Amino acid sequence: MKVTVLQFPGTNCEYDTKYAFEKLGADVEIIWHEETKLPENTDLVVAPGGFSYGDYLRSGALAKFAPIMDAVKEYAANGGKVLGICNGFQILAETGLLPGALKRNDNLHFISKHHHLKVINNDNVFLQELNVGEVVNIPVAHHDGNYFIDADGLKELEKNGQILLQYCNEKGENQVLNGSVEQIAGVCNKEKNVFGLMPHPERAMELLLGCDDGVKMLQGFLK
Amino acid sequence: MKAIINIGLKKGVLDSAGKAAHHTLDTVGFKEIVKDVRIGKQIIMELNCDNEAEAREEATKMCEQLLANTVIEDYEIIIEA
Repeated sequence: MKVTVLQFPGTNCEYDTKYAFEKLGADVEIIWHEETKLPENTDLVVAPGGFSYGDYLRSGALAKFAPIMDAVKEYAANGGKVLGICNGFQILAETGLLPGALKRNDNLHFISKHHHLKVINNDNVFLQELNVGEVVNIPVAHHDGNYFIDADGLKELEKNGQILLQYCNEKGENQVLNGSVEQIAGVCNKEKNVFGLMPHPERAMELLLGCDDGVKMLQGFLK
Repeated sequence: MKAIINIGLKKGVLDSAGKAAHHTLDTVGFKEIVKDVRIGKQIIMELNCDNEAEAREEATKMCEQLLANTVIEDYEIIIEA
């Protein structure tokens, strides 16, 4: 399993992401945004968290024109698996690889804490190891995580099983975190090969550090 | 020519910053006069072209490709000589 992690100026979760996938047994390579090709035999591309290009203009907006993104778009169009975490999710939404957009949190705060998530759909490679309705505890850390999609877009997501995760309390009941439509924390594309979520599973890999629910989330990619 | 681009959240998309500013204006004595507050951004560009139609066309392309996220934002382009 070869995982390629993208690194933009301002990315800051690339080493956590590398650690997480290496812990799961993957071979991980971090590549700089000025590259124009993905490493051969890449099985998964991860756009990690951070503040690419300082979040200037909008979070993720400038990264979509980075040289490497043409290769990522082509890879995804050919069915390659792509995961965007936090800023990576914002980048994939800006690029158009994922539907919707991430707005400023409704309460205008940068939210950084552990939060529960409920699995809404596991009919995809990412969450196949989890059960529908299962609750995981994963850190969130974002200012612009307020997922927006219009009413027609939301219907499409529901119809196609593209809503992956929702913010909830520990019992699995819906809980507002940042103002996201339907408390959406993660989605995938219609073809189910591009995934994005605001929470950070790569920061929940060790019980020693409080929680290892991230292992359950990320290991789907290694099956 | 100069292009002045005003970008803001679409009608129907909650503008939290506008709402917060509105609330504060209410509390400092403007409750009766202020009906709505929207906060956006303005981008001012000097363009290397000499006719308005071309300037508008190019600025529109820039908004669609990069400057605005049309999933959540509207934009308005003002061209000045």
